Amino acid sequence: MIEFKNLHKRFGKLIVLDGLDLEINKGGIFAILGPNGSGKTTLIKCLLGMVIPNKGEITFDKNSVLGKWTYRNNLNYLPQIANFPPNLTVIELINMVKNLRPKASNEQELIELFGLKPFLDKKLGNLSGGTNQKVNILLAFMFDSDLIVLDEPTNGLDPIALIHLKEMIQKEKEKGKTILITTHIMSFVDEVADEIVFLLDGKIYFKGTVEALKKQMNNDNLEHAIANLIAKQYA
Amino acid sequence: MLKILKYSFYDLMRSRWSYVYFLFYLILGFVLLFLNNDVDKAVITLMNIIIVLTPLIGTIFGVMYYYDSKEFTELLLALPINRRKIFMGQYLGISISLTLSLLLGLGIPFVLYGIFKSAAIFNFSLLLVVGTFLNFIFVALSYNIALSTENKIKGFGYAILMWLFLAVIYDGIFLIFLVVFNSYPLDKFSLIATMFNPIDLSRILILLKLDISALLGYTGAVFRKFFGTNFGMLISMGVLVLWVFLPVVRMNLKLRKKDF
Repeated sequence: MIEFKNLHKRFGKLIVLDGLDLEINKGGIFAILGPNGSGKTTLIKCLLGMVIPNKGEITFDKNSVLGKWTYRNNLNYLPQIANFPPNLTVIELINMVKNLRPKASNEQELIELFGLKPFLDKKLGNLSGGTNQKVNILLAFMFDSDLIVLDEPTNGLDPIALIHLKEMIQKEKEKGKTILITTHIMSFVDEVADEIVFLLDGKIYFKGTVEALKKQMNNDNLEHAIANLIAKQYA
Repeated sequence: MLKILKYSFYDLMRSRWSYVYFLFYLILGFVLLFLNNDVDKAVITLMNIIIVLTPLIGTIFGVMYYYDSKEFTELLLALPINRRKIFMGQYLGISISLTLSLLLGLGIPFVLYGIFKSAAIFNFSLLLVVGTFLNFIFVALSYNIALSTENKIKGFGYAILMWLFLAVIYDGIFLIFLVVFNSYPLDKFSLIATMFNPIDLSRILILLKLDISALLGYTGAVFRKFFGTNFGMLISMGVLVLWVFLPVVRMNLKLRKKDF
């Protein structure tokens, strides 16, 4: 479904992606992991067309995405930091995103699920961090798209919202969607992810199932297995 | 693009600062008219305020809006919208809402005073046209600076410096040149130097129309001698259009390679 070929990206002298090759097939939950600054967000932003790679090719459903924008109609994105226009109310923001993206949406169901009803007429500037993140998640899940990209989705969520989020991810997976997640919370990965993509120094260091990784690292605990993976590199 | 424009516009129209700006012009208009009791004099005083203040407010609103809505812009960038349209929409949203504050703020007191019955209506309209141009020019310039500067504080600094340079320092340097090289023919130099500063250009445009020789100054006089009043106005208007057009083009070029 998505293919990255020989992707290079540098910011000034800092090389973030260094000839990265990656293929992601349709259906399933993929966790993109790696230490801080390993290029996870850059990789995702390249796919979204927000960061323009220096070299390489990205295809989405066999079509090149570089310099295009229509392909984004078939993907949903949850950004890492939710910072909305402070003067708009929640319902206005939802309507605005709907208006900008003429596509079927199920926001009512999600408003119920996250208990956002009392906040609909509040201004976004007055919401707490967690409520902001709920709005953020709602915007990312209300459209029906084949690809869902989640950048640190668990930020600031209370336990109930977290359970709902996991349920939603599972539900989308059952519908045959492809879901890309970046996170630092290993228990979350262990619970939801089918496959792990481990990034290090701008390259793919490991790609495979959670089980395969545990086996390869000889460790039953994912957190330690990942730590071993990073430690090996430092050694 | 129209949708983005609409939302940026609504967002700004609800910000307290748009009202402060609007009220400022409203009060200024009333005070000038009812203290002066002379529309022509009020127009001249207004000109002096507008050609310095609208660039400053345009610059500040431009950089402020860009940096404040950065994360939100990222959200928009992930939607199926062409990125050029996002930024053009924001740019027009800011420029139009500032222009509206200016037009309404000054328009209301002048209309109440009876500008439509006065001969000063054309001078006054020209003033508003120039103010509008300055809004569009300086929002575009500040957006260029913000797009090229990752750091918010630096971006603010550069933008304010840009305003200070064009509003104050430029004239100083210009004057020094005139004094130092006063034994050379400086007509062409001063003509060209004026073209490179939208604030100077606006001042000359208004003064040409008002036809007050005493205020015209050296460049204004050269301008009138060179082009005549009407052609001079046409030229300066044309250059002001260029001043909007070129920064907008550069904005679009920058956007093609910009990482968010």
